[in-house]
Amino acid sequence: MEKKLYDKLVMTHKPKEHRGQNAFIAFVVGGIMGVIGQLLVEFYSYYLGLSSIDASIFMIVTLIFLASLFTALGFFDKWVKFAKCGLIIPITGFAHSMTSAAIEYKKEGLVTGLGANMFKLAGTVILYGVVSAYIFGFIRLIIMGGA
Amino acid sequence: MSFKYKNVYIKDVSTVVGPYENEGPLAKRFDRHYDDMYFETDSVESAEIKIMEDSVDLVLKKANLEKSDIDLFIAGDLQNQIAASSYTALKVGQPFLGIYSACATNTEGLIIASNFLESKTVDNVIVSVSSHNMVSEKQFRNPTEYGSPKPSTATFTATGGASCLLTNNKSKVRIESSTIGIPVDYEQNDALHMGACMAPAAANTINKHLSDLDRTIADYDLILTGDLGVYGKEILIDFMKTEYGIDIKEKYNDCGVMLYDLEHQKEVQAGGSGPVCSALVVYSDIIRKLANKELKRVLYVATGALFNPTLVFQKKNILSIAHAVSLESVE
Repeated sequence: MEKKLYDKLVMTHKPKEHRGQNAFIAFVVGGIMGVIGQLLVEFYSYYLGLSSIDASIFMIVTLIFLASLFTALGFFDKWVKFAKCGLIIPITGFAHSMTSAAIEYKKEGLVTGLGANMFKLAGTVILYGVVSAYIFGFIRLIIMGGA
Repeated sequence: MSFKYKNVYIKDVSTVVGPYENEGPLAKRFDRHYDDMYFETDSVESAEIKIMEDSVDLVLKKANLEKSDIDLFIAGDLQNQIAASSYTALKVGQPFLGIYSACATNTEGLIIASNFLESKTVDNVIVSVSSHNMVSEKQFRNPTEYGSPKPSTATFTATGGASCLLTNNKSKVRIESSTIGIPVDYEQNDALHMGACMAPAAANTINKHLSDLDRTIADYDLILTGDLGVYGKEILIDFMKTEYGIDIKEKYNDCGVMLYDLEHQKEVQAGGSGPVCSALVVYSDIIRKLANKELKRVLYVATGALFNPTLVFQKKNILSIAHAVSLESVE
């Protein structure tokens, strides 16, 4: 059989992924995450009297802590499988990728295992996050004069 | 290349499984199961070694033999450098051949053992395979606790160890013929749709087996592929029909689909995979049916995706291979 024909045969037996449904769930869960984040910011600034910048940092740390804790307790991966990008795109996804890699490689030692592999998934995000921040910062400097 | 055998008998088989397999439809048929993924060891890699050792101990106990009675130990698995097999071989303490054909490893082992036995150079051979879901996930995909969404074509590496003791002495089931497969490349590179990668290899080997031995599908009660999964199975049926004009639909099933309850165990998605997947189904259920004469002759075609994560990232295709053995009930 021609390889192109075979590709066609494979396509006819490919199940439909529920893209619409997945996007909807991700949209709702992502929205809820935003609400939770905002509630945390309000909580920290109202009850602890922090400035809104400090309260945002506290909010991020709280979400990272919870995502890491729930990953370690073993049920966060099930939530992520359900909510998909609703939990992967927010900071929770970043924390989840680091904690899961750290758990996976801890048996191979603190340096050769955990240390060397913890950024296996998150490393890409950091690298290209920094690179794109630099590029966009540069564009902003040129267009808006650094304002 | 196909062979016919006169002196190759299956004396005993053993199966040890993890928790997911034990929730499947074959649960009652396995010899031993563990309720967690670590099997009382401290890492998943050690757990895989333990499960293979367990299966060897069990098959020896069933056959009432000692390790010293074994002339040759043949084993393979998915762990890097087939580690589970090597560590088990150390415990067996007999001449060892480590083999690898990914998920087609089990039939490769059975073919090598059969050829040794047929020439009567050895008397007792054990063929073992194992795989462990978390070891494979870590090695080939993402950390196990990372909840990356997968498409419904993805398969689930089975956790278990399985051993088969082959001899020259007559028993209820024998290996009657075999076919060594050829690697194929149909330019597939989706690591989450292994069924599509492996279906042409299975078709190629089935066709070769039938034409080499001048047989038809009617000579078999059942054609069994290793781990094509729900969608790979459909592809194979279509492929056999259009490419070779052979209709296998009525007599065909896939071990990956049989190992789990696909309705209730949603986490397995398109079905089971891994070298032990087909071994668990054949050893727990098919051998028993052959011994009872419920089945007369079964063509067992284990399928392997020769998948290397590094080369896939370098845009190379995923090759695949299938080896077949024909199991027959003895009069």
